[in-house]
Amino acid sequence: MENIYLTIVLAPLAGAIIAGFFGGKIGRTGAHSATIAGVGLSAALSLWVLSRFIWHDQPNFNGPVYTWMVSDGMHFEIGFLVDRLTALMMATVTFVSLMVHLYTIGYMADDAHNWPDGALTGKNSYQRFFSYISLFTFSMLMLVMSNNFMQLFFGWEAVGLVSYLLIGFWSTRESAIFANMKAFLVNRVGDFGFILGIAAIGMYFGSMDYAEVFAKAPEHADTQIAVFGGVSLMTLICILLFIGAMGKSAQVPLHVWLPDSMEGPTPISALIHAATMVTAGIFMVARMSPLFELSTTALSFVLIVGAVTAFFMGLIGLVQNDIKRVVAYSTLSQLGYMTAALGASAYAAGVFHLMTHAFFKALLFLAAGSVIIAMHHDQDIRNMGGLRKVMPITWITALIGSLALIAFPGFSGFFSKDAIIEAVHHSDVFGAGFGWVLLSIGAFVTALYSFRMYYLVFHGQPRMDEHTRSHLHETPWVVTVPLIALAIPSIFIGWYTVEPLLINNWLGDAIYVKPENDTLHVLADHWHGQTAFILHGMAAPPFWLAMGGLALATAIWLVLHRRNPNIDAEILAKAGPVTQVLENKYGFDDFNQKVFAGGGRGLGNMLWSTGDRTLIDGAVVNGSARLVGHLAGILRHLQTGYLYHYAIAMIIGLAGLLTVFVAL
Amino acid sequence: MPFEAAYLYTILPELVILITASVVLVVDLYLRDDQKGLNHSLTLVGLVLALASVGLVGGDQTATAFGGAFVRDPMSDLLKGVVIVLTLFTFVYSSNYMRDRDMWVGEYHVLVLFSLLGVMIMISANDFLSMYLGLELLALCLYALVAFDRDSKAGSEAAMKYFVLGSIGTGMLLYGISMLYGATGGIGFGDVAAAVAATGTDDKVLVFGLVFVLIGIAFKFGAVPFHMWMPDVYQGAPAPVVLFLSSAPKVAAFAMAARILLDALPGLLADWGDILIILSVLSMAVGNVVAIAQTNIKRMLAYSTVSHVGFIFFGLLAGTEQGYAAAMFYAVVYGLMAVGAFGVLVMISHKGFEAENLDDLKGLGDRDPWLAAMMTLVMFSMAGVPPMVGFMAKLLVLEAVVNVGLIWLAIVAVVFSIIGAFYYLRVVKMIYFDKPEVMDPVTASGSARIAVSVNGLAILFLGMFPAGLLALCEAAF
Repeated sequence: MENIYLTIVLAPLAGAIIAGFFGGKIGRTGAHSATIAGVGLSAALSLWVLSRFIWHDQPNFNGPVYTWMVSDGMHFEIGFLVDRLTALMMATVTFVSLMVHLYTIGYMADDAHNWPDGALTGKNSYQRFFSYISLFTFSMLMLVMSNNFMQLFFGWEAVGLVSYLLIGFWSTRESAIFANMKAFLVNRVGDFGFILGIAAIGMYFGSMDYAEVFAKAPEHADTQIAVFGGVSLMTLICILLFIGAMGKSAQVPLHVWLPDSMEGPTPISALIHAATMVTAGIFMVARMSPLFELSTTALSFVLIVGAVTAFFMGLIGLVQNDIKRVVAYSTLSQLGYMTAALGASAYAAGVFHLMTHAFFKALLFLAAGSVIIAMHHDQDIRNMGGLRKVMPITWITALIGSLALIAFPGFSGFFSKDAIIEAVHHSDVFGAGFGWVLLSIGAFVTALYSFRMYYLVFHGQPRMDEHTRSHLHETPWVVTVPLIALAIPSIFIGWYTVEPLLINNWLGDAIYVKPENDTLHVLADHWHGQTAFILHGMAAPPFWLAMGGLALATAIWLVLHRRNPNIDAEILAKAGPVTQVLENKYGFDDFNQKVFAGGGRGLGNMLWSTGDRTLIDGAVVNGSARLVGHLAGILRHLQTGYLYHYAIAMIIGLAGLLTVFVAL
Repeated sequence: MPFEAAYLYTILPELVILITASVVLVVDLYLRDDQKGLNHSLTLVGLVLALASVGLVGGDQTATAFGGAFVRDPMSDLLKGVVIVLTLFTFVYSSNYMRDRDMWVGEYHVLVLFSLLGVMIMISANDFLSMYLGLELLALCLYALVAFDRDSKAGSEAAMKYFVLGSIGTGMLLYGISMLYGATGGIGFGDVAAAVAATGTDDKVLVFGLVFVLIGIAFKFGAVPFHMWMPDVYQGAPAPVVLFLSSAPKVAAFAMAARILLDALPGLLADWGDILIILSVLSMAVGNVVAIAQTNIKRMLAYSTVSHVGFIFFGLLAGTEQGYAAAMFYAVVYGLMAVGAFGVLVMISHKGFEAENLDDLKGLGDRDPWLAAMMTLVMFSMAGVPPMVGFMAKLLVLEAVVNVGLIWLAIVAVVFSIIGAFYYLRVVKMIYFDKPEVMDPVTASGSARIAVSVNGLAILFLGMFPAGLLALCEAAF
């Protein structure tokens, strides 16, 4: 099996290397064939591995494949831990990635138009793009398949790097550069917490290996350490690790980078900033469940952050007009749901939602991308309308994605989201009641913004200009096939996987839940099949809230909008201050921009001018460089070229050593 | 000391080299000028056979021959294997260069082979006499090799300096040996160690002898202040000779230090450890600082060697098995890096043009990307940039001195390494960011290209997978 796992990881890397280094030679077709072959192989094997786990009771694999070094008893290794959780993630990542690879052929076909004439970076941009997304797949697989914290950190940083490269892919655009810098800096804050958490683990456990750390964790359950006046070690470690997850999975207040990341090409918004990378934080916390279970404080922190993100980010989605930004805010909100599930110890439900979300959110993004292609890269939903007639496949698949997103009964999102709300309802950690209220109202908000976008894009009168309208047509097969391929799991995967994942504890020993924290057993105790679950869900408030949102959206943006096309703007204007707050995104951006960016620059300037330029550069760096140079000049002259000078030097050396070691 | 046939088996690798050298010497007489390539082929075959015989006679057990004058153990197996490989690289790199300059004659092969024989005898020496004989065999051949280009004034001058200073160095070594003999009554390394253990280490004569012997070792290594021959010799000698001179003999110097200090004088660790601290700090300081001021790349690499010697001493002076293994690892790795660096220089020289100055490397990235990449690997490795093996070597010796509490020494070493990184990285910068002065493509032979690729990639590979080589080094102590 080890070889198969290695192949799964390395095939995308090989594709990335071929397309990246030899892109100019092999051309566009060569680049996308090589990367798709790599990712395709990886996806096929991942699905096979998953099927082994499902039907053949495949044993877990946990072992090193390469030892980098052993220092002070701590092993630094590349190793794989493949259990059911990993297999599920591998299959999801590689499948979505494969779809996105295919889709990219269509989306990037005209990429030459996106570059100013003569831009050097525009050369071979198509090949470079394929290289990046394959490299991303490699990094993400390294992350999810890791069996130790060092490799986890490597994967974590590698996906961050690729994300940075791809957000700023159109590097001649000011806004893209701003967005990728922002994503990079915000993630730095999270990663700092993350690496401190790993360092704490290294310090107290003396190991980087998951299994060893998890086995030793209960011994440290009551360890107190003397920072901030004494906190529990496990709480500190878990919160630090979770700060890393907050950065990567865009939780409040480290969420600010995700909406801006939409500056990147749409395929990567689907792959990285919706389906896979942003869920790395969720995956990581689920993987670390044996640690998080030891700290109720950390769980409560996780739950509250998740619930706040789920509700308040959904609200912002209501006032966005850029089609991709609406989807981006819905991603933030859904990540909040997953995080809340983790906080309620319903790790399986979080992972379940991660999986269903990966499919329907990738679908929604790719559908949005399809609309963007048809609209000649106009992303403003106020300029769309009536697209259902010209783009039937995009329309139907987008509808499926939206229904899955708002948790319409029977669709995949229903099972996962309902399970999360139910689990939070039964949770006893501090803040669970608050969380439950936010998540339930969140269901209403989700339905409202999702169908606002849906109706504005696909229904009503066409509002685009004449030129665009005359060119509207359904996108080519490389775009629509991935849409269909993602629509199918968006409908059905929830129905088929809810029972094993949530009820029968299919993930097994990959996740550890303390018996007293087990919020999913309530679900299991009352389990009478999917139909009963749906009927039960239809009797609960979240369902009615969601349906209320759907009805309200229909009323406003389908019915009223037909009579008054300006209704959208009028409602926003009436809400006045509320709209203002939402459009400012609660002021996070302004605050960061002024306080952190401004303050950082001010401090930097000060340190630069006084500390760096005069003290360090002036005195230390240039001073020491000049000193070394000067010294070198002098010493060099000792090398006179005269034989007797050399002999004298040897004699002096001899005399010196004799004096020191014999005479003294 | 009766002769036993089994001795011949123990010294099989040396016999193979001796026979090869003799065969080349005779065959060369019957070759016309256009047939000299046969020398080359015979030499390569001999070297490969010698390598195979090292593997054949090698093993975990230790064997002695000639009444304990000669020893074959895991350390000698590894080091002999390494020096043979380094010599193979030398011949492959230098064939075009020597042919272009009418130095493609049998004597070159014979002298290098005899030097190699000297190196191998030093590696396997088990008493002071065989050590001295091996050293002299090596040194005499090297004097001749340095002056191999008879028409070159610089070469003759360098050989003269080398000869005179080398004589002083060996004179001191011999004097020291006689002191040690006087104090202990033995020349076998084991006898000396036993006598020192029995009589104690207070004897001033012992320390007196030790200082002289150490100077002999330091001269061979080129440690400050016994390094002054190196820049001049490196600059004056033909590049392929420097290529050889900077690789295999340094490994021999390590063997000499390890045999004498660890086998014969372990009791004097307190004394020679302190002497090595002084020599290593001086070497790192002078080597790294003066290298910055050099414009001639051969001189620069000479000073770089001086600084690497400081690192090799680190492992020895730690006085632990881990330290010895680290020093051995460093010596082997250094040989590989040196042969790679000079190999590239030899390859970019061509008829009527000597690649000598740093400026000659300018724009190599445009002229020959692959060769440039290999040179970059070597430079990064010498500077100690991970994941190249040079990083691992530095890390191991630093770990060794830190483990015995000499933290200040490690800090000094790191500071000088940072200073040293400047001139290695400057080479990389010149290769990739400066405009070439000549644009002609590099005319290196295919076999040399393969060799340099193996060489460069080995540096990368060993850096990522150091465990195997490290295990071999650890097994030697």
